[in-house]
Amino acid sequence: MSDKVLMKGAEALAEGAIQAGCRYYFGYPITPQNETPEYMSRRLPEVGGRFVQAESEVASINMVYGAACAGVRVMTSSSSPGISLMQEGISYISGSNVPCVVMNAMRGGPGLGNIAPAQADYFQAVKGGGNGDYKRIVFAPSSIQEGVDLFVDAFELADKYRMVVMVIVDGLIGQMMEPVEFKTRIDVSTLKTPEWATVGRHGRDHANIITSLTLDAAGLEQWNLKLQAKYAQVELTESRIEEYQMDDADYAIIAYGTMARIAKTTIRIARAKGIKLGLLRPITVWPFPAKQIQTYVGKLKGTLTVELAYRQLFEDVQLALCGKIPLGWYGRGGGVVPGPQEILAAFEEQFGKGR
Amino acid sequence: MERVSIDEERCKSCGLCISICPVKILIISDRLNARGFRPAQCTDQDKCTSCGSCALICPDIAIELHREVKV
Amino acid sequence: MAEQMKVIYERPRSWANKVTHYCPGCTHGVAHRLVAELVDEMGLVDKTIGVWPVGCAVLGYDYFNFDSVEAAHGRAPAMATGIKVTNPDNFVFTYQGDGDLASIGMAEIVHAAARGWPITVIFINNGNYGMTGGQMAPTTLLGQKTTTSPLGRTPQANGFPIRVAEMLAQLDGPAYIARVSLDSPVNIRKAKSAMRKAFNAQVRGIGFSLVECLSTCPTNWKLTPVESMERVRKEVMPYFPLGEFKVVEGVL
Ligand SMILES: Cc1ncc(C[n+]2csc(CCOP(=O)(O)OP(=O)(O)O)c2C)c(N)n1
Ligand code: SF4
Ligand code: SF4
Ligand code: SF4
Ligand SMILES: [Mg+2]
Repeated sequence: MSDKVLMKGAEALAEGAIQAGCRYYFGYPITPQNETPEYMSRRLPEVGGRFVQAESEVASINMVYGAACAGVRVMTSSSSPGISLMQEGISYISGSNVPCVVMNAMRGGPGLGNIAPAQADYFQAVKGGGNGDYKRIVFAPSSIQEGVDLFVDAFELADKYRMVVMVIVDGLIGQMMEPVEFKTRIDVSTLKTPEWATVGRHGRDHANIITSLTLDAAGLEQWNLKLQAKYAQVELTESRIEEYQMDDADYAIIAYGTMARIAKTTIRIARAKGIKLGLLRPITVWPFPAKQIQTYVGKLKGTLTVELAYRQLFEDVQLALCGKIPLGWYGRGGGVVPGPQEILAAFEEQFGKGR
Repeated sequence: MERVSIDEERCKSCGLCISICPVKILIISDRLNARGFRPAQCTDQDKCTSCGSCALICPDIAIELHREVKV
Repeated sequence: MAEQMKVIYERPRSWANKVTHYCPGCTHGVAHRLVAELVDEMGLVDKTIGVWPVGCAVLGYDYFNFDSVEAAHGRAPAMATGIKVTNPDNFVFTYQGDGDLASIGMAEIVHAAARGWPITVIFINNGNYGMTGGQMAPTTLLGQKTTTSPLGRTPQANGFPIRVAEMLAQLDGPAYIARVSLDSPVNIRKAKSAMRKAFNAQVRGIGFSLVECLSTCPTNWKLTPVESMERVRKEVMPYFPLGEFKVVEGVL
């Protein structure tokens, strides 16, 4: 599959996961991502994998946990309320040091909210959600092609670091049609069963045990310190950002995913008006590309963080810049997506005409 | 080798074996093991019928049973 | 003629030779031992994965020489499903208490049973939440006092106990469902043969199997181990009758 094919986002991302070696998928229906499990239910049997429709997201993530303990490439996907139900499992998986990939097609909240595109699960994805001190790598693709490519990295990094990797998109990316190319195909027969996997001893001289339980405080602290060391390594090496039209920029919009896509149009319009606006687009929202953003201190007159949420991404921008660049913010909630002109208007309101 | 061997360090002195032994040869001893339990003890190996009941009910796998056979 | 010592009973080889953390006389230990004996006798140690619950058996994985995982509270059947699907030739069992299985994990157990995929469940019915200090469980009997039903369970305040074995036997998925008791040598023998059938239902690829074990919790029942066994016979068995509730063809 080296040629471009026209595919719907939610299906292309599913195929991307399969090309990345995913052979097991467990999930429960929820809009706006139903095409992903539906596609998996058709495709996985064709490649020798298994699709299971679970009785709930609670069950899905715990089935993922079981399969992850067997050392296979496994994923689930859902949308905001379903991801909330998965937080327990994500915490256990993180606490047990096993790898998996979770995709969230974020929708409007809180509660049942609606099915329109949103980015209001940012804190849940990058700061916590479940109990305990754990982190996930969180990829935030802004196009279908990028999502497909990132799925390969998602599974590779999940295995490398033995941790949960999340891919956060929204219904817009899931529902749009775009030509995509599947550049990398992982041959699953080359993937070795890790030595820690609980696959039966089969002659191994010891039993493997996977647990997130350590009863004594000193022991659990040691375990936490190991996790922290791993997360520090990930922070050091895995953060990614796209810097778009930043060479001569006086101002930058900071946005990710769908919002960044729209912001690129804002930048075109702004530049036509003589405003030197660029885009800093985190590709990983954890680890947050703070170092990359900090290189603009002293070069930029201001940044405008734009998100489909209320000051969630903005908090990380604040932490990264500590007031060293004037910080503007604009966001809409509940599934309302601002257009490029609306963003430009917000920019001009906060930074004047950009001189 | 004894017919009834009770691993005193495993025994938690629950008394279940004593309650079901049909020939009443098991008692609680007056020693303490390292965990502070008084282990069960067999008072008369020769009377053991090798019925297996004590080993079956012991929750701590403290009891092993053997029997001499002529070869 | 020489004399030799013949083995009547020896510790199972798949038993990791540790002293458990269970209270004296607690029948968790008996259920554990039967699992270890069957794993030995059926030659399963190399292909077994145990899925342990949140409850007193949370550390169960420490006591066996086979691979194990520790599930979240009530989620063992889902985790076992994920494990079994990836390696269908392995032997996968869950070990769950009544709070774990019949309260927080009711959805997971019902759907695992309904799917009918060959996993085996050892279900410990001790009528309370042992680990957290003796609160009311879905299996607590009417009138039974627990720390959260201090005057005794009433239908008005607490609803009725759940008979898990009978309930799951209504589903088409399961291959084998039985209720046994760990109160006496004769019943423990019967329990083992029921568990053997349950293990076989999986090994022979027939389907889902569950053995509910009437168990004791001397500590929270505030009875001696011997009195606890009597209580099982006098009070628990009349409400939770022993027997096989589902045996599909081929299970032996
Ligand atoms: C999500 C969650 N809720 C509550 C608990 C606390 N908790 C630990 S064990 C337990 C009950 C265990 O009872 P049961 O399943 O009957 O097992 P037993 O100890 O009686 O063998 C509870 C409620 C927990 N660990 N996780
Ligand atoms: S084997 Fe039977 S007779 Fe012998 S000690 Fe045990 S219970 Fe008693
Ligand atoms: S049943 Fe076992 S633990 Fe209990 S008293 Fe007898 S030997 Fe000791
Ligand atoms: S609290 Fe009850 S169930 Fe738990 S180990 Fe003690 S006796 Fe057994
Ligand atoms: Mg219980």
